[in-house]
Amino acid sequence: MKLKGRVWKFGDNIDTDVIIPARYLASTDPRVLGEHCMEPLNPTFAKKVKTGDIIVGGANFGCGSSREHAPIAISALGIPLIISKSFARIFYRNAFNKGLALLEADIVNEVDEGEEIEVDVTTGVIKLKTREVIAKPIPPFMVELINEGGLINYLRKKLEDHQ
Amino acid sequence: MGMTITEKILASHAGKDVVEAGEIIDARLDLTLANDITAPLSLEEFDKVGAKKVFDSEKVVFVLDHFTPNKDIPSAENCKLIREFSRKYGITHVYDGGACGIEHALLPEEGLVVPGDVVIGADSHTCTYGALGAFSTGVGSTDLTYGMVTGRNWFKVPESIKFHCYGKWQRWVTGKDLVLYVIGMIGVDGALYASMEYTGEAISALSMDSRFAIANMAIEAGAKNGIFKVDEKTLAYVKDRVQRPYTVFESDDDAKYREIFEIDAGKIGLKVACPSLPSNVKDVEELKGIHVDQVVIGSCTNGRLEDLAMAAEILRGKKVASDTRCIVIPATPKIYLEAMRRGYLETFVEARCIVSPPTCGPCLGGHMGILAKGEKAIATTNRNFVGRMGHPESEVYLAGPAVAAASAVKGSISHPLEVA
Repeated sequence: MKLKGRVWKFGDNIDTDVIIPARYLASTDPRVLGEHCMEPLNPTFAKKVKTGDIIVGGANFGCGSSREHAPIAISALGIPLIISKSFARIFYRNAFNKGLALLEADIVNEVDEGEEIEVDVTTGVIKLKTREVIAKPIPPFMVELINEGGLINYLRKKLEDHQ
Repeated sequence: MGMTITEKILASHAGKDVVEAGEIIDARLDLTLANDITAPLSLEEFDKVGAKKVFDSEKVVFVLDHFTPNKDIPSAENCKLIREFSRKYGITHVYDGGACGIEHALLPEEGLVVPGDVVIGADSHTCTYGALGAFSTGVGSTDLTYGMVTGRNWFKVPESIKFHCYGKWQRWVTGKDLVLYVIGMIGVDGALYASMEYTGEAISALSMDSRFAIANMAIEAGAKNGIFKVDEKTLAYVKDRVQRPYTVFESDDDAKYREIFEIDAGKIGLKVACPSLPSNVKDVEELKGIHVDQVVIGSCTNGRLEDLAMAAEILRGKKVASDTRCIVIPATPKIYLEAMRRGYLETFVEARCIVSPPTCGPCLGGHMGILAKGEKAIATTNRNFVGRMGHPESEVYLAGPAVAAASAVKGSISHPLEVA
């Protein structure tokens, strides 16, 4: 899967409380969650972001709570991919379970806000202005799960076979 | 090569003799947990996959603790949805209304988790049950659905980091000070994907309440789980609570650790994590005089009896400072009752504290104590991220119960000796 999108830069330790503050968690509606995405850090983010834009972050992206509302809020804005130096473990599983792609690469200091980058999510090749970077490969087990259509589709198939 | 306690528990649930760090396993679950925020998403997925039943109606637990007593109509609708689901599928363990307590204080207290268990919960602080010598970890709602339906899930066996603690604890110091010290030392991603294992004479000397607080905050260092050796205190704790048989696992002497830290308990003073990361840890002495608008004593980290006892000892016969609000939240109905019997609640009310029903409430900025722009709070909770307890320009300091209670009396961050 090849993507081309504008970069939104974030720093280290972007926690789930800033991705989607808890006061909005009474809703499970992706549209509502998307409207408040990143609000504490950048109140106009949800309004300005465009479908296809890419988030680039630093270390430990998605740390904090297990709320799946976080990847849902990001996906609801049409963001298909986050590239970060590293990801918190619960967020990592949640994102893949929700169909949001993640790539591990340390590029936050090499890109400008608003810059357009090209990414091949399958091979992990990220084309920057000056060079190409290859992201850490997605673990083979996760690739299998993605190929099955995600955990929920895998479960659905399993239940259908059973019944 | 020997195995760690975490590896042994995971191996036993995957039907294997041996597992190694990094290995992907499919493991049997003993319990799944969700709350009023995370269950609704899980139940949506449950319907989507066309599931007809849960794997075991006695092993699926719902605790309606986050936005309860319900703060608004959407929260009330979420709880209603969970109640209807629970009736339809015959779920035995639903904690609601006056039976509700903060999930991670409640489940051990109710005897629902036993040593050697594998537990997943759609709440990141599910790692708390490691204090019982169980493997427990937080997951998202989709993983929880998979667990609820199949009674299994996949795990990457984590590497282990050992924290060996020796020496004697100082007065007022609790498990919270140790875990803040550790997070300050290794950072908020210092144990990313790993298991944090606590051992040593100083750990044996800690109460179960302190051990729960330490395991609870493993996630704040990015860990998959926190875990403790089962000892006499653990066995005494589970004795009158637990109905199920259980297996005690123990790390081998030659088990493999990514890193081993030696910690002198006697050198750990009262710690405070400053805004806006749990790793931004300082000694309380360095922060004296910072005004606090609000104090919160409660949460799944520090809302247990030991915490309330310590706070009551400091607040007895004193008053909360006039321009400070202090909210005390006993974590479960049983803790609430015992605090009442021992006179702690009377002490709190006489000191002009607000005594809240058990709820996660202000910890995550949900309700029951939200901060305005520019306000500062000191709390015995677990996270101090930007806007965690309210306005994005409010700030949270994290501490143990003694520092929180002393700060309530002084109206500014204080050492308990200052108000003695």
